[in-house]
Parts: sequence; structure tokens; C-alpha cells
Amino acid sequence: MNWIAIGTISEIPRRGARCVATPQGKVAVFRTQDDQVYAIDDHCPHKGGPLSQGIVHGAAVTCPLHNWVISLETGKALGVDEGAVRTIPVKVEGERLFLALEALASRAA
Amino acid sequence: MTEKLVIIGNGMAPGRMLEHLLEQAPGRYAVTIFNAEPRVNYDRIMLSPVLSGEKDYEEIIIHGDGWYIKHGITLYKGHKIVAIDRQAKTVTSDHGVTEPYDKLVIATGSVPFIIPVPGHNLPGVLTYRDLDDVRAMMLAAQSRAKAVVIGGGLLGLEAAAGLNAQGMDVTVLHVMPTLMERQLDPAAGYLLQRAVEQRGIKVITKANTQAVTGNGKVEQVELADGTVIPATLVVMAVGIRPNATLAKEAGIAVNRGIVVDAGMRSNDPDIYALGECAEVNGMVYGLVAPLYEMARVAAHQLAGNEAAAFVHSDTPTKLKVTGIELFSLGDFAEGEDRQEIVLRDAAAGVYKRLVLKDDRIIGTVLYGETADGAWFNDLKKKQTDISEMRDTLIFGQSYQGGAPLDPMAAVAALPDDAEICGCNGVCKGKITGAITAKGLTSLDDVRAHTKASASCGSCTGLVEKLMVLTLGDTYNPAAVQPMCSCTTLGHDEVRRLIKAKHLKTIPAVMQELEWKTSCGCAKCRPALNYYLVCDWPDDYADDYQSRFINERVHANIQKDGTYSVVPRMWGGVTNAAELRAIADVVDKFEIPMVKVTGGQRIDMLGIRKEDLPAVWADLGQAGFVSGHAYAKGLRTVKTCVGSDWCRFGTQDSTGLGIRIEKFMWGSWTPAKVKMAVSGCPRNCAEATCKDVGVICVDSGYEIHFAGAAGLDIKGTEVLGLVKTEDEALEHIVALTQMYREQGRYLERIYKWAKRIGIPEIKRQIMDDDAKRKAYYDRFVFSQKFAQVDPWSERVSGKDKHEFRPMASVGFAQAAE
Repeated sequence: MNWIAIGTISEIPRRGARCVATPQGKVAVFRTQDDQVYAIDDHCPHKGGPLSQGIVHGAAVTCPLHNWVISLETGKALGVDEGAVRTIPVKVEGERLFLALEALASRAA
Repeated sequence: MTEKLVIIGNGMAPGRMLEHLLEQAPGRYAVTIFNAEPRVNYDRIMLSPVLSGEKDYEEIIIHGDGWYIKHGITLYKGHKIVAIDRQAKTVTSDHGVTEPYDKLVIATGSVPFIIPVPGHNLPGVLTYRDLDDVRAMMLAAQSRAKAVVIGGGLLGLEAAAGLNAQGMDVTVLHVMPTLMERQLDPAAGYLLQRAVEQRGIKVITKANTQAVTGNGKVEQVELADGTVIPATLVVMAVGIRPNATLAKEAGIAVNRGIVVDAGMRSNDPDIYALGECAEVNGMVYGLVAPLYEMARVAAHQLAGNEAAAFVHSDTPTKLKVTGIELFSLGDFAEGEDRQEIVLRDAAAGVYKRLVLKDDRIIGTVLYGETADGAWFNDLKKKQTDISEMRDTLIFGQSYQGGAPLDPMAAVAALPDDAEICGCNGVCKGKITGAITAKGLTSLDDVRAHTKASASCGSCTGLVEKLMVLTLGDTYNPAAVQPMCSCTTLGHDEVRRLIKAKHLKTIPAVMQELEWKTSCGCAKCRPALNYYLVCDWPDDYADDYQSRFINERVHANIQKDGTYSVVPRMWGGVTNAAELRAIADVVDKFEIPMVKVTGGQRIDMLGIRKEDLPAVWADLGQAGFVSGHAYAKGLRTVKTCVGSDWCRFGTQDSTGLGIRIEKFMWGSWTPAKVKMAVSGCPRNCAEATCKDVGVICVDSGYEIHFAGAAGLDIKGTEVLGLVKTEDEALEHIVALTQMYREQGRYLERIYKWAKRIGIPEIKRQIMDDDAKRKAYYDRFVFSQKFAQVDPWSERVSGKDKHEFRPMASVGFAQAAE
């Protein structure tokens, strides 16, 4: 797998997210309270809300538009809502973060 | 002719006696009360929650001033009776008031016992008896210094817990080997000590206080074994003795207390005594249940029912320290004719002990798990033979007769005469009867009609279960809705505990209040963040990650992920330069839509997040600050043109609106706050459907509040009329602060007002000058930290990461 460097973990606030711009749209990279890092499409399966702008709690994010709660691990909507967003593999090496390039490329398909 | 009834003392016992008397013989007596304390009748049992900060004095008042007026009772506050003349049948106060009586009731209560060690009269040595003591302790606690509580009984431990909650470093000195040895056996005393110590309170048992020393004030406490404990506050809580001096001087028979017969009558047939100062059948009492029983008897006697008689019964003891469950009843000393059943669960911190004699319960100690207290009390009172269920007795009511009962079924299984409220002696049948007969539907109604759970409140859960049983689904005990699924606590409880426990960070709240999730959710975190911002304006560091995106980036997110921006236009007034600047920004950033809002502002919609700081920079150059159109905070103050232009205008409504807005901008509130000022009753600014509105009239400013024009439509309520602009501002600010401190997150003013009650809000803001001023001052203090323009902060580089992508990947080189 090809990994592409996107920066360091300290650039993302705890319980927060940053975006990575790609030709196919934004990817939201999340950092949880306990420093787990996850990447998912910045696009809520409900109405396309920017998930990177939501409140992060545990390993989940609440979409800022209509409060869907999305699991950062699986990309699936939690609770009664149904839907899923694509997850992108993340590698953490010390401070540095990498996204799986193949996953980004295949997303257009 | 009405007879003259004079009462010396205004504590809980005579207060309760009057309630009974007014019911049974209304109009029979002209009542005069002399109260040495300068206040009305309040619930002394609740002084501990006042000390710990969990309640206010106002919340523990039993009879407010209005009650005395309504019943035509004369109350002399701050008058201490110094003499009773039994020949002339008069009493005389220290202020020289002499009042004749036909019947006299002495209810002088008790005085705290002071250990006569050297230094006991130094400044800084207090007792724990009344509100003045509590206020003195709270004042002393502000130093956050060291306190010593002498006495490890009920009062001493409650005082220690209260001072600890107020931030003091507390040491409890107890002369006996274990705490509360009169109510607890040594095992439970040990568990209690451990729990107290876990709260950071030091406990020294077998501590023999030898002296309190210091230079002009308390500095340390010295023990007989040579130990020296530094302290700036010493609280003596070693016991009380009946206050019978006055009666003794008047020649009334006094032993330990004022000697009365079972009808509460002293050896002078026109003089009664009740409460802690009275001695019946050789016993004196300090817990509220028997004192209320005395009150009932005395009222019957005064109403002419001479058969009423006081009968002794054991009263359970409970400790009112949040988080410590403790129940003790009856006699639990060991003896040859006694047997005991003990259950210990060390891991759960549970200890239960039943003392039996002739197959009947005579004593109970429960620690850590007290739900079965009422049932054991009932078995003891009825002297039920327990031999049949002996093997499972200790496991409680749920284990008797087959399958374990759920808590609801356990309550259902209680007999009608089982005591539910120990303080007020209310049994199950009385509560269920009142609910059915009077159609009661709320806990407050049940409290008002039956007194059940109205004193110490520890039986509230039981009372609520009875309401569910009686009313079925029509009663919704989730009047306390949990904040969210992360906790079982409701908003009010959380706000109270944040103050009481001095919780100053979100992790501290979650740890101390036992949140069920590791870092909350999108519902509770913004609420907690607001409560902490509101309660600790100078200490708390706003947690941006717990704010909704709009408040994090100071603009309103739109459905396509772009943002809208509304600059502040004070009072809705603008000018050519401002409009030109807005036009330039719209052109430069190709903003697709510009719209005038309902709050008299200009909204620019469709701005890309990355552009926000640059948009703000340009707007800031023209003098604009954030309009907070995104905030749970002060939004807009709409105005009409008022007396400056309008031929009907009575006051400068535009000027007042601008002044309010400049004073209050930046403040965070539970939900958005929209205001308006109209210059005359024609009300062109539509002030009567706002959260807060002002209608100017010739004679001044009519302040309105609690309107709504959104999901609900509701006209405002009138708070009151004030004469000057300064007063209008002060009242509005105080009202807003009251709402800030009491509102639940996302609860608009009209909903809060409905919950609190319009009269109560008027009372605090219009009638109580001191309270209004205090609210006002707290608002002004918090504004020091709140009035920072968030836009210019971000133009200067704050939260840069919010507005820029972390990286761009996968683009062809040329595309970047």
C-alpha cells in the first residue's frame, strides 16, 4: 500500500478534525480524546453535511447539519439512522500521519 | 373573644404547631411570635445543603413573610424575650416590647454545647446551629484555609462535608474511637470514616481537645497527646442542650429541659413548651420527627382536644451528605438476650446489621445501601415476628416470598401504615389517599398537601414511586429528564453540583458526576461548556471542541457547508460608510446573496469557510464586530426611531436599544436572546414577542419578557415599569443574569419563566433590590471576560487551523 504524508497529529486538535483536500473532494481526518486518528469522507450520508465540522465524542462525530452520529471506525451511522460513509486507512508513525493513497484514488470509481 | 397566644421562638416546631392550629381552630387565637433570630421560619435540617452550596437560604424558607401576613400573625423578628411575668401574664423582649398572653408557648430550642477549653471564645470559633453560623462559616471558607470541626456526630460531619465542599482543608476531631458512635456500630463507623476520608477530610478519633490557641484569633487546636493542628476556623459541633434558662428564671419546672406532660403542658397550666427545649417523660429530643409530633399534640391541646398525647417512638437517623448512604434506627448494642444478622460486601462498601430480640427487630444499621430502611422500620415498629423469614431477612424486602421484587413492587407491597417520610411522620396510605382524593399530579403538590419529603427530602424517591403506583402512566417521574444518555442527572442537578462541588472543567464534571461515557456527546458537552462559562467566568477555559461549529467559527453553517456572516449594527442603525464596506466585501468575495434579517441586520450568505478570516478582516477595517447571529447569546436589539424622529415617540428608544446592545454583547446565554425597544405602545419594534422587550411610555420604561415568535407564539409578560433608562438597563441585565444562572441549555426565556414562575422572577428582579444588584454585578463581572470580538481575534490568527485544510493531496502539480 502506498502511504501519503498529510502532516503531524499535533496539527489536529483533540476531539477535533482537519480536512485534507483531494481532487475527489475533502477527507476529514479526526483525532479523538485518546489520540486515535481516523479518516472518513467529509460528507454525511444523510444530506452531505461536512462531518469535519461536527462535535467529536468517543470514536464518533455528530454531523453539524442534522445531528446524525457517524462512527469514525466503521463510517456507519449509529442509532436508528442508516447509511455509511467511506473510511480511509490511516497510518501513524510517531507524530506523522499518512493516508492510503489507493483508497483515495479508488474513491472516484 | 379571641384569646392571645404568644409564642417564644420561631423554629420548625412552633411553625408546624401553628399550621395545625390554624387548621383546627382558625380564628380562635390572636397570635404573636417573638423570634430571637431576625428572620422567618426556615428548615434547619437543610442548613447542611446551604453550607455545602447545594441550596440557597430562599429555598429552605418554610413560611415566608406573606404567610404571617395572610394569617394575621404578628412576628417580632430579632426580639429575644428576656422575662416572663407569670402573675401579670406578660412577656417582655430585649427591645422593650411587652405583650400579654392567655396562653404561652415556649419553643426556645437548644443551645450548642461549647467545650470549655482555653481559647473557646477566640474569634474564629463557631458553632453550627443557625443560618448566621452557616453564613459565618461560608465567609470563613472563602479563605480556602484550614478548618477543624470538633465533633464526629451527625452535625459535625455535615459541617465538615459542607466546609470541604466550600474548598477548605478540613480535619474532624472526634473524642470517641469511631464516628457517630451513638447511631452507628463500630463497623459502620469505620466505613463512614473511610468514605469521609476519601473526600479529602482528615479524621482523628480519640482526639481529646485541650486548647484552642492563637494571637487574637484562632490559629491552632492542641490535643491532649501533644498534636497541634493549624486552623483559622474551628467549628464546635459536640452536642446541644435544651435552652430552658428563660423558663427556669420564671420559676417553671425545669429538669434537663422544660418539664411538660404528654399534652406538652408545663407545671403552669397556661404555659406549654415544645421542641428541643421540652422534656417529656424524662426524654429530650433533637430530631425533627418527634418535634413535629410535639407540635401536633400542642396544637390539639390549644384547640381544646385534651386527649392528645405525645408518645415516644424511635426515629431513624440519616446523614445528609451527598453520596453517603447511611441509616440507623433503634438500639444496636450487643447483649446476651440479643442476636444479630450481619451482611458485608466489602467491594460494594455495603454493611447491614439487624439486632433482634425475641425474633423481633430492635435495631438496624444500614450503610451503603439503605433502600430497605423503611421496611425494617416498619417491621420494628409493628414488632413483627420475623422467625419465618429470618434466613433472608437481611437481604431486604425484595427477597421475601419467592422471586425478587423490582423496587416498584417493593413499594407496592408496603402496607398502608408503613412510614414513608420519617421527618413528618407520613405513612403510605396518607400519601396515596391524598393523591387520589385531591387529584395531585406533581411532587410539589404532594409535598404541599402531605408534607411527605418536604423536610430533608431523602424519601423523595419513595414518594415518587407511590405517585407512579397511584397515578399510573399519567405521572411522569422523569420530570427530571436526564441531560442526555451519558448521565442520569437532569440539567438542574448538574448545574447545582457544578457550583456545589466547585467543578471547573468538563473532565472534572464527568468524573465527579459519574458520566457513563468517556467524553460525553454532542448534547451534553455544549451544555456543560456553557454552564462552566457561566458559573466560572474568570476561571474556566472555554472548550472550543465542545461548541457547535457556528460558535467555533463565529458564523452560521448553511446546508451546502458554506457560512453566512452578520456584522453587528448596534440597534439596527447603520450609515453610508458601513454599507459601502459591506458592498465592497460582497464584490470582493463574490458573495452570492445579501439579505436583510428579521432582527434589523444585513446577512451575507454563501461564504466559503476558508474566506471567513479575510471577510472579517475587511469588515473589521470598517469598524464592524461580530453580530453573534450564530450564538446562544445576545443576538440583536431591534429598535424603532423613537423620540428622535417619530411624532409618537415618548423616549429615545434607539439610544436605549444601542446602549443595551453595547452593554450586553458577547454574553453567552442558555439559548439565543433577542431583544427590542419600542418608543411607544404602537410597538413598531415588535418588543412584545421578544425574549426581552421594552415599551417606552411617558412615565418611563415598561419592561417585558418571556415572549416567543418561533416554534411557539406567545406575547410577553410584563416584568414592571421603571422610571429611568439606567433602571431599565439594570433590570434587564439582572433578569438576563438570573436566566443565565438558572436556565437549562437550549431553554429559551419563555420556557424558563414558565418553569420558575413569573411571580418569582418579578419578586427577585423588581422587589428585591439586593438580589437584583447582585445579579447585575455578576453579569458585569462576567462581561469582563466575554466582551472580546471573536472576529478580530481570528483575523489576528487565533484558531488558524479551523480555516485551512491540513494538506492537499493527489492533485497534479499544476493544479496546486
